[in-house]
Amino acid sequence: MFSYTVRRLGSLIPVLLGMAFIVFMMIRAIPGNPAQVILGQQATKEAVAAMTKELGLDKPWFIQFWDYLLGLLTGDLGVSLKTKSPVSEEIVPYLMATIELALIAMLIAVVIGVNAGIISAWFQNSWFDYAAMVIALIGLSMPIFWLGLMEQYIISIQWDLLPTTGRDNIRDPVEAITGLYLLDTLISGRVDQFSEVVKHLILPGLALATIPMAIIARMTRSSMLEVMRSDFIRTARAKGMRMFWVVYKHSLKNALIPVVTVIGLQTGLLLGGAILTENIFGWPGIGTYIYDAILSRDYPVIQSGILIIAFLFVMINLVVDLLYAAIDPRIKYK
Amino acid sequence: MKGPIIEVNGLRTSFRTDDGEIPVVNSIDFHINPGEVLGIVGESGCGKSVTSLSIMGLVPSPAGKVEGEILFKGVNIANASEAKMRKIRGNEIAMIFQEPMTSLNPVFTIGEQLVETLRIHRKWNKKQARQRAVEMLKLVGLGRAEELINEYPHQLSGGMRQRVMIAMAMICEPKLLIADEPTTALDVTIQAQILELMKNLNKETDTAIMMITHDLGVVAQMCERVIVMYAGKVIEEGQVQTIFRNPKHPYTVGLLQSIPDMRLKKERLYSIPGNVPRPGTSNQGCQFAPRCSHALEKCLSETPSLLEFDNGQQVRCWMYEDGKGAALHDSTIS
Ligand SMILES: Nc1ncnc2c1ncn2[C@@H]1O[C@H](COP(=O)(O)OP(=O)(O)O)[C@@H](O)[C@H]1O
Ligand code: SF4
Ligand SMILES: [Mg+2]
Repeated sequence: MFSYTVRRLGSLIPVLLGMAFIVFMMIRAIPGNPAQVILGQQATKEAVAAMTKELGLDKPWFIQFWDYLLGLLTGDLGVSLKTKSPVSEEIVPYLMATIELALIAMLIAVVIGVNAGIISAWFQNSWFDYAAMVIALIGLSMPIFWLGLMEQYIISIQWDLLPTTGRDNIRDPVEAITGLYLLDTLISGRVDQFSEVVKHLILPGLALATIPMAIIARMTRSSMLEVMRSDFIRTARAKGMRMFWVVYKHSLKNALIPVVTVIGLQTGLLLGGAILTENIFGWPGIGTYIYDAILSRDYPVIQSGILIIAFLFVMINLVVDLLYAAIDPRIKYK
Repeated sequence: MKGPIIEVNGLRTSFRTDDGEIPVVNSIDFHINPGEVLGIVGESGCGKSVTSLSIMGLVPSPAGKVEGEILFKGVNIANASEAKMRKIRGNEIAMIFQEPMTSLNPVFTIGEQLVETLRIHRKWNKKQARQRAVEMLKLVGLGRAEELINEYPHQLSGGMRQRVMIAMAMICEPKLLIADEPTTALDVTIQAQILELMKNLNKETDTAIMMITHDLGVVAQMCERVIVMYAGKVIEEGQVQTIFRNPKHPYTVGLLQSIPDMRLKKERLYSIPGNVPRPGTSNQGCQFAPRCSHALEKCLSETPSLLEFDNGQQVRCWMYEDGKGAALHDSTIS
């Protein structure tokens, strides 16, 4: 397992380099002089020249790339044009907000999706199976923004059960420690704030969880159905094992192998979905951060935001591969 | 113990299909005495596996239906509750299967799978169970048992896996071991070793074996008594010696002729012309009639019943209606 992990980490290096290169080229692919674009049409020639120099655009591109890489290695993500402060510092609270939302959404999606899939397979063709699969189909065809807006309209506005936007109560804001508010409020022992944070998480979490939950449920069901026909399941039953353990131990561990891939893929897509959801629910995450940066043409921020999301993608993939190896003993020997 | 370990009376197992309810095992009777090895032979598709699954209570429901009596130690376990069957499976009646390559769970170690069986039925702690697992592996002739216990099925050959299956089946010292074509998937040398092992285990323990096979050669090597099945019915039964010397049913005669004989080195092996009828195709007359060279008019319309001879041999064929017909053997084998 250890050597596999090392090998897998090693294979990330070219991927990360490629990613950095693409993001690096992006800003250079803007037609015309990026400095001009950044400064706008009214800028003076001197200002454009100064900006060109500041961005290092007067040097050959490979030197620029080298400088950019060195910057990344030392955690330098550039300076926001709008706020003039380092992106690497500015981005952290946004990033943590997104991570918290994504983790909660995935937790909801995995716990409910996997269990619904298991029970549907176990009791194939039962009313539960039919109901779960119809709901999953509906969930799949639901656009996130529409779902988000409906949630807000019915649950927050009509019924007044949950807050519409934000991460915490504006009149009693959470003091960030890790940036994950669920954790922070617990660390500081503020139970009242914790429940506020939970309330704020439910609607965007559910909106974001719906599609992955539906996909995970369907995938788990079909994977379980296939595994439960295997010879080794018959062996497990012939041992006198309880059906519950036949399903949740012997079948599930095998069935999880394709499900883990789907979970990884969906987590990646969910980061994309987060940009939309954050917008609807006023969630101060990286989606909001990039969105604002796009509106104000803050190129270093856009660049870094995309780089970070891409980096998260790669990390999720790594985790999926390691999980694979942990579940399936055959992988390490291939 | 007095009386048979298992006694099957009028067992009829049918499956609900689009064409209605089709009997696959059609009113069979047999018994196995404590410590005995009973052979059950018949071509593939004649209902041997379904018979064994009926005993184990593992006929897939709700499509499958089991009728008749299955007396285990004198108690009827046909259609017994799942809780009751769970206590018997793997504990008092164990089973091994035809496909050693797929009958072990690929994602658990050999040790986990052995220990698990023991811990389902015995209140042993992990250490004791592990100790016993190692002993069992040694008992079935697997060297380096201490290492094997931490290995996964894919690291073992087919023969080794079947030994593991046998160890797993024998770990709770069952009263009856159902072996459903345990050597069919193995090559000849390995097959001989596995049969030898099972024979020794049968001698050393008081476990009776229900040896299912389509190969009369296996029966000759392993069993005292044999039942020949055809299309879900018992068509001949008797001592192995008697049946080999004096087979009565034309189907048995055909099966005997298709045993490979090393001395004769025939180019092509004899095989009975035609195929086992698909279940449910015909219920009238002798099921073997379409393939029988002795078929009489009566054979097509009336079903023969099982006749018993003085030596205990039983046969289901119209030719023996008058208690004679011994000439069959001499005239067909030439
Ligand atoms: N679950 C099932 N549903 C319908 N038919 C079945 C089922 N299982 C077995 N059968 C049928 O029962 C017959 C006997 O099968 P089986 O007992 O496996 O034969 P064998 O003697 O080769 O072990 C076959 O024709 C098979 O198609
Ligand atoms: S009953 Fe008739 S058809 Fe059936 S085996 Fe005997 S002779 Fe052949
Ligand atoms: Mg079979």
